[in-house]
Amino acid sequence: MTARPQNPSVGLFVTCLVDLFRPSVGFAAVKLLEAAGCRVAVPRAQTCCGQPAYNSGDKADARRLARRVIVAFRHFDYVVVPSGSCGGMIKAHYPEALADDPKWLPRAEALAAKTYELVAFLHDVMGARSVKAKFDGIAAYHDSCASLREMNVRAQPRALLASVAGLSLRELPGRDVCCGFGGTFCVKYPEISNHMVADKCREIAESGADAVLAGDLGCLMNIAGKLLRDGRAIRAYHVAEVLAGVEAAPIGRRLAEGEEATA
Amino acid sequence: MSAMSPLHFKENAIKALADTELQRALGNMREGFIERRTKAVERLPEFDALRDKAKEIKDHVLGQLDLYLEAFEKNVVANGGTVHWAKDAAQARDIILNICRLVGAETVTKGKSMVGEEIAINPFLEANGIRPIETDLGEYIIQLRDEAPSHIIAPAIHVNMEQIADAFRLHHRDLAPERPLTDRAALLNEARRALRERFLEADVGITGANFLVAETGSTIIVTNEGNGDLTQTLPRIHIVLAGIEKMVPNLDDVATLIRVLARSATGQEMSVYTTISTGPRRPGDLDGPEQFHVVLLDNGRSKLIGTEFQEVLRCIRCGACLNHCPVYGSVGGHAYGSVYPGPIGKVLTPALVGLEQARDLPNASTFCGRCEEVCPVRIPLPKMMRHWREQEFAMRLTPQRVRRALRLFAFVAAQLPTLYHFGARLAMWWLYRRGKKGGGRLTKLPYGEGWTRFRDFPAPEGKTFQSQWRGPRRHRRSAA
Repeated sequence: MTARPQNPSVGLFVTCLVDLFRPSVGFAAVKLLEAAGCRVAVPRAQTCCGQPAYNSGDKADARRLARRVIVAFRHFDYVVVPSGSCGGMIKAHYPEALADDPKWLPRAEALAAKTYELVAFLHDVMGARSVKAKFDGIAAYHDSCASLREMNVRAQPRALLASVAGLSLRELPGRDVCCGFGGTFCVKYPEISNHMVADKCREIAESGADAVLAGDLGCLMNIAGKLLRDGRAIRAYHVAEVLAGVEAAPIGRRLAEGEEATA
Repeated sequence: MSAMSPLHFKENAIKALADTELQRALGNMREGFIERRTKAVERLPEFDALRDKAKEIKDHVLGQLDLYLEAFEKNVVANGGTVHWAKDAAQARDIILNICRLVGAETVTKGKSMVGEEIAINPFLEANGIRPIETDLGEYIIQLRDEAPSHIIAPAIHVNMEQIADAFRLHHRDLAPERPLTDRAALLNEARRALRERFLEADVGITGANFLVAETGSTIIVTNEGNGDLTQTLPRIHIVLAGIEKMVPNLDDVATLIRVLARSATGQEMSVYTTISTGPRRPGDLDGPEQFHVVLLDNGRSKLIGTEFQEVLRCIRCGACLNHCPVYGSVGGHAYGSVYPGPIGKVLTPALVGLEQARDLPNASTFCGRCEEVCPVRIPLPKMMRHWREQEFAMRLTPQRVRRALRLFAFVAAQLPTLYHFGARLAMWWLYRRGKKGGGRLTKLPYGEGWTRFRDFPAPEGKTFQSQWRGPRRHRRSAA
């Protein structure tokens, strides 16, 4: 590992799902990054990474959104994303989408080179080996496909989760198998998606876990939605929330009246 | 049998998901293939390096396929064989029929061949009074059941033992009803008994090829049952039917490819039989066919060269992408309605039958990337599915409703971030209010029926991150 950067400037690419549905993940990310010694900013110009357009074959719009993100994040030392999927879009697919654009390709590559998934960044770049957090429960960790295959995230979340007081981690037998979310896939092919997420939820339940953690909100909303529909009491959280020790209701649930957050 | 067209993918998939026998078979398959491959790869530390080499060999050939094809033809002729060039499926069928007619063939035995499926040779021969008999056990079973293969290396993976016994009892007229067919060995013996006669009466044997060797003019098949050997050595005429992309420069290169092929396919180090055919029987040879024909099929392959789809021609048809695909694992092979199912089929089928006919196939993927991860020749399958989606979008095949929604979202997100953030805040607030009643979830969602039919929809927390982050400090819900 190269020397740990001192007080780097980090642009948080908060992702649409976290921005819209689960701000507590964004705040957890900020807390973790600041605790690791980063200066964090959240550019307002960010909206969507362009993945839905890109994966739907709408390359022109994907490129437009990519250029926007490239500009918004060009000055940071690092770009950190609390999602393997959106991170993978920036790191793996921006250079691919802009490959035939001589002006933008070098910029896309420069951005890609400094973009990291949140937990991998904390572990690999900032050298974090433990966190100060507590979580009572047995948690199954779900690897998102993009984290696993595009962002090289596998050991890092497990290493950091191992330091969370009270948490014991369970491995799923099909840990490298997709949960069936797949962006627009889950509504274009709902029956197939349902079959896949049902398998995943069964595995989670059979593992004896009472919580499921993942680094991607897409997978989590899919899994949590299925767990809720099936009436399973398993809680779902983003891994950043657990690592940061934030108090939030599990995804798709609410804290009791009075405990309610700012909204 | 469900309608065999990729146009019916969605309906077929829904039926497949409800088919309990199929689901049981798919469950077994997933475990078996995946575990065996993993173990085989663990035993060979240089496996990934071999994959790189295999990819290199195939890329090299595809870079000058014309030259290798010519060299191959020259060497086949020098060995006393004949090469036939088939531009499309119809030409390939005619060539094969003509050869059969010239020798007055009544019965043809067949080794397993996906290209045979691609050109639909069996129904064509039958319609012309020639009886084709599949000799690979799986292919034989589905031929009796009048089905298409559901997997490229395990064609009858969807069939259970009881169904096999039923098929034998129905079609083997000389099978005594009291003979038990309840275990694997009994089924195997019965198939062997029936097929042995067929091998002896066939006039022509048709096999596919895993490799065509330019340097020697040889064709190579790998099998586990030995049926390929009998198919090509017992009849007077041997016809090899292969796609042009099966070309390999020499036998050393074949050795590299074979090392990744069986490990990827079945987890074996090598298939049980590797059979090299080099021309017809020579004077003094103890066996072998009198005539050796190679039918080389293009059928849309050459037009992929030089395009973003060229890399798919590296495929060595191991089936690893099917075995590891969660969509294939959910719906099985028949749902695709195409000769090639699974991830490879999602890329290849639109090239073979036209994107209009197969729109669903490249779309029905979560882009999980497991197929690319296990591909022995590192074909970037998800990327190619995305290329098809790009063509689909450019050709306006995407439903207009979807196109408009996508474009509107992208326009607002890219050009009008203030409106985006404002609209997002309103929408999330509305969803939050709706979700409050349900304890933080929604069981119904406007335009979201695809989601809520099977899952609840987690409601948003309320305010967006951006609005809280930018609001007065007291609203910044710092996690600290």
